Amino acid sequence: MRLYNTNIKNFDWIAVVLYSLLLIVGWTNLYAANFDPEIPVFFDTDKEYFKQLVWIGLSVVLIWLISLTDSKFFVEFAYIIFGFSLFLLLFVLFFGKEVNGAKAWLEIGPVRLQPAEITKFAVSLSVARAMSRFGFSFTKRFHVGKLLLIILIPILLIFLQNDTGSALVYFVFVFVFYREGLNPVIMVIGFITAVVTILTLLFSTITIVIILGACLVLFLLANKHANTLIKSVIIALIVFASLYLIKQYFNSSLSYIKIAFFTIASVTVFLIYQGFKLRAKSLFLGVGVLWLALSFSLTADYFFNNILSDYQLTRVQVLFGIKEDPLGAGYNVNQSKIAIGSGGVIGKGFLQGTQTKGNFVPEQSTDFIFCTVGEEWGFIGTSVVVLLFVLLLLRLIVLSERQHSDFSRIYGYSVIFIIFFHFVINIGMTIGLAPVIGIPLPLFSYGGSSLWGFTLLLFTFLKLDTNRAELIR
Amino acid sequence: MDAINNRSILIRGLIVLIGIIFLIKLYSIQVRDSSYKFSAESNTQRVVIQYPSRGLIFDRQGKLLVSNQAVYDIMVVPREIEPFDTIDFAFALGITVDELKWYFDEMHRNLKKNKISSYRPSVFIKQVSSLQYGILQEKLYKFKGFFVQRRTLRMYEYPNAAHIFGYINEVSEKMIKNDSYYVQGDYAGITGIEETYETILRGKKGAKVVLVDVHGREKGAFRNGRYDTAAVVGQNITLTLDIELQQYGEKLMCNKIGSIVAIEPATGEILALVSSPAYNPSLLIGRVRSDNYQKLSEDSLKPLFNRPLQALYPPGSTFKLLNALIGLQEGVISEQFEVSCFMGYHGGGWSVGCHSHKSPLKLAPSIQHSCNAYYTVVFRKILDNPEYSSIKEAFDKWKTYLVDFGLGYKLGVDFSNENRGFVPNSAYYNKVYNNVWNSVTVRSLGIGQGELLLTPLQMANMCAAIGNRGFYYTPHILKDVNNKKEYVPKQYKTKHDTGIDTTYFNPVIEGMELAIWGTDGGTARVAQIKDISICGKTGTAENPHGEDHSIFIAFAPKYNPKIAIAVYVENAGFGSTYAAPIASLLVERYLKGGVNPNRKYLEERMYNANLLNVTPKRD
Repeated sequence: MRLYNTNIKNFDWIAVVLYSLLLIVGWTNLYAANFDPEIPVFFDTDKEYFKQLVWIGLSVVLIWLISLTDSKFFVEFAYIIFGFSLFLLLFVLFFGKEVNGAKAWLEIGPVRLQPAEITKFAVSLSVARAMSRFGFSFTKRFHVGKLLLIILIPILLIFLQNDTGSALVYFVFVFVFYREGLNPVIMVIGFITAVVTILTLLFSTITIVIILGACLVLFLLANKHANTLIKSVIIALIVFASLYLIKQYFNSSLSYIKIAFFTIASVTVFLIYQGFKLRAKSLFLGVGVLWLALSFSLTADYFFNNILSDYQLTRVQVLFGIKEDPLGAGYNVNQSKIAIGSGGVIGKGFLQGTQTKGNFVPEQSTDFIFCTVGEEWGFIGTSVVVLLFVLLLLRLIVLSERQHSDFSRIYGYSVIFIIFFHFVINIGMTIGLAPVIGIPLPLFSYGGSSLWGFTLLLFTFLKLDTNRAELIR
Repeated sequence: MDAINNRSILIRGLIVLIGIIFLIKLYSIQVRDSSYKFSAESNTQRVVIQYPSRGLIFDRQGKLLVSNQAVYDIMVVPREIEPFDTIDFAFALGITVDELKWYFDEMHRNLKKNKISSYRPSVFIKQVSSLQYGILQEKLYKFKGFFVQRRTLRMYEYPNAAHIFGYINEVSEKMIKNDSYYVQGDYAGITGIEETYETILRGKKGAKVVLVDVHGREKGAFRNGRYDTAAVVGQNITLTLDIELQQYGEKLMCNKIGSIVAIEPATGEILALVSSPAYNPSLLIGRVRSDNYQKLSEDSLKPLFNRPLQALYPPGSTFKLLNALIGLQEGVISEQFEVSCFMGYHGGGWSVGCHSHKSPLKLAPSIQHSCNAYYTVVFRKILDNPEYSSIKEAFDKWKTYLVDFGLGYKLGVDFSNENRGFVPNSAYYNKVYNNVWNSVTVRSLGIGQGELLLTPLQMANMCAAIGNRGFYYTPHILKDVNNKKEYVPKQYKTKHDTGIDTTYFNPVIEGMELAIWGTDGGTARVAQIKDISICGKTGTAENPHGEDHSIFIAFAPKYNPKIAIAVYVENAGFGSTYAAPIASLLVERYLKGGVNPNRKYLEERMYNANLLNVTPKRD
């Protein structure tokens, strides 16, 4: 069967309209961010908005090329495209050009490309292909291993390029797996791991012990073990008080960590005893989670302090906004919030922004482009942009769910979550809800690679959608 | 499938939830919270870069050599300028109205050329003195759009050692590209130790976010300094330099062209590094810098040329020491080896001239009297050594010894502008003489003339290696950083072996001692110092352009030497006339803390000698 369908009109028009609207609004703001009131010349080939216009024109050509491509091509060539993108990543790692500390760029004449953008497309195709094979299951070790390799190799390579932001994107595939039937417990465990890791960076071990203790109290209350809880608290107090007195009066070398450890240990013994006595499985579970989290926290602590180099630790800390880089990530976010906040309800008007033009906001045409929207178009403008993104994502879910073949659906969800991640982190960062991670806002931020990357991701899916009734594998 | 569909709905829910959270947050900062509008309206924040003071520089005795002084850059945000009284402003800046107008024109030119932004601060007038700043400060509020940024300049406690310190200047485009620390308008060490140890000395810039009112006056820290980063002062460094010795050396070299290099042989520490003519380092700081720099670079005596590291001269007779050592090590001569000399060495159709001395001479006396015939023979014996298959092989072996003495390559001293000198190899002569050459062709190398070229630093290091009887440490000038030795690069703690056995040094050093102390005549008897067993060797470098260069190398005392020195005086004739007395006075000053009254006449003679306008020698 030949799935050959060259008619662009078959693309889902709602998605195409939303894409076009985002592109138009995005470019308008890029123009505003770049606009220099002292030199009001439009045809300035050095300006970013002008270059972006060229990239947009090229994107139309790309869309046309995708429409000419056989849908089966994407399935058949998934691994070849993946291999090619890995080659590009490796190539860049050795021969690439360094921009802003990340060696992630390929320079061909006047054009600079970021292979990591193509990798998103390649990984999405490969994940979809691996998971759409007959008999795929999350319980088969071989299948899971294959999936992990497809995702972890690019993460590692991109991390080595020092492009932490782009590497983090690939973790969203967990959500794709969730949609495809991954046990949610794994996600919960992953979530707890992430939270504890961040807590370790933020707080001392003692604080984490207290937080975990509070969690245990809540857990016991929720499971109606009030009686056990009171007894546990009493035991904890007695053990803690006596150890504390020993430390004070016998001048013993007991550290607080040790005191906390003995206290927790005695409560644990009591809870296990209660668990047997009351035949309550939930008590074992509570104790188990408590100890797992505690030991993980200590391991993470050891990892951060002894295994990571100072430089790497700083990078992680800056990522989560715990430590400020020399220019101060906090300062940037604050400037960004001032720019957005100063827009008010209706904004200052097109080209009237003062904050974004005064260069108060860093990276205003790439990572912080949303500031221009906020300042010049106000709450109305920002709401429209947020709404457009939400509508596009929801529309893509509708499209994904109507696919007859697994491959198209899984690929669709990969596209959805990649766009979703960029949307959440980028806008979240400019309004102080997410850590400052340098990733672009899809279709808004300046940069040909990023625009092409998202166009390729999206329109490949729309192309697959034109063949939704057939079985593609 | 139901469970899966539920998940699809959950995912939709998550997306909508995030959308709603964003809208709520946007609503709160854009509509409800008016403080952001207020912040933006008056545009109240300004980032003031905190420039750290550079690290201080001390000498080996702990004397402060280089410190800092405060100056103020007048900054401007062109967009914020409002009409003001120009006469008043010019007065406050201590300049004329015309000059002020020039600065404004410059600003407009830069705006046109897009070099500066009208929204962001840029420098209006550089480096206003703290005195003038006192006057300006009172009136600054009247001039909107202007503010002041504090910076530091170097302050030199001594008018000496300018070549060692080097100078500081604004960073170039290239430096900004290579090191992300710098932004346009920053300063960095360009030459000397200011360049070599830039990263240690510069410290770390800080940033202060300040609130400013509509008049541009600072109203205190933004959010109590939460976003400020403190500047970190540069680290102090101690040099191995002895500033008093340096000063004395520069004084002795006054009105002469040349170099002095003094090294502590046991460690490789540089004690003095004189380049003459010298200049006052204070000439190259602040607003007078560019004028003075131009003057210095146009001076026909080339004061900016760092002679001890960059000037190349033939080593002259001092090089006989090395040939003697190589001859002994190669086994072609012994201590007892004798050569007869009757006013020179006469071969068939060629000869090497010599002065009159008794004949024949053994090795030590040959150094004492600096016999040319002796070393022509020794050098020929080294090259015609039957152990090697060809003269080329023997020659390259000879070259290896030179390289092991630190000649022909950069020593790796802590200055970037070191010259490597020139030591020819056999391939070089093959090319020059079309493969037809022998030990007679290159005979002048035996007495240190010919193609061989060394820097004064290499000469001093060679002398130190002889004083050490076979090893040297790479010469260096960094003693410690913040009183800690750890920062001193590892290469300065590595012992280099010269490949000559210790015993072979004894007759050579004996010859050097006799050259100064010999009762039956020596070439450098003027260098005698009471109670100090100084050993030395004179040299004269033939100069085709004028009077020969006077050379002297020495170390003292004879055992466990504390100082090795090389002195070059251009156009000064024989080594014994100027170079030897200067070296000897410096050694005496260093080891005894002063000069014996008996020798004051010598000191005076050196101070007063003016060799700058010597008439060229006529052939």
